[in-house]
Amino acid sequence: MRILCFGIAKDITGEKELDLELETPMRVDNLRVALAERYRDLDRLGYMLAVNEKYAQDDELVRSEDEVAIIPPVSGG
Amino acid sequence: MEHIWVHISDRSLSLDEAYDFVLDESCGGNCLFIGTARNQNQGETVTHLDFETYEKMALSEMRGIAEECIQRFGVRKVAILHRSGEVRQKEKAVIIAVSGVHRAECFDACRHAIDRLKERVPIWKKEFLLDGSHWVSERP
Repeated sequence: MRILCFGIAKDITGEKELDLELETPMRVDNLRVALAERYRDLDRLGYMLAVNEKYAQDDELVRSEDEVAIIPPVSGG
Repeated sequence: MEHIWVHISDRSLSLDEAYDFVLDESCGGNCLFIGTARNQNQGETVTHLDFETYEKMALSEMRGIAEECIQRFGVRKVAILHRSGEVRQKEKAVIIAVSGVHRAECFDACRHAIDRLKERVPIWKKEFLLDGSHWVSERP
């Protein structure tokens, strides 16, 4: 699964884009668990996940072709 | 006729363009909010900012906020412009322009738009200080 990283999430993972071996379809809350196992600092930070450019709910399913992004706390304006 | 304009650019934002977009013969009120980069934050000197954007999603969220303004406050036109990249002191980081029949709904919609933008549009500000840089988080 390809996962885009922005802002501080890019610093935490060390990558602009992750390519993780994960079973799909996968629920968003399970994806959060999988990410927490790999990157502990992400959970401490608090973040949202976006699927296909929309904020995703925990019970949504992520498919392999979806565009997934880690959205750390935003700070525009 | 398009009533919404959302725009992200790494070049200077034009107040005239935002204002010209929302100007409407049926409207007597026009409200503009401009957010600029400042030279300090929490007592520390800020040399400049750098904005990273998830552009496609940011534009779609900005459009959603503009639609919300029109539906909720009954304003006529809304423009939301945001910078990406390096922004120096006094440069415009964000412009919100709203037109409506009367002033009250314009002020309300303008305030709502900037508040919502700060809550949910995927844009991140990196602050450069004299001795380093860090990502700014609304929820540290």
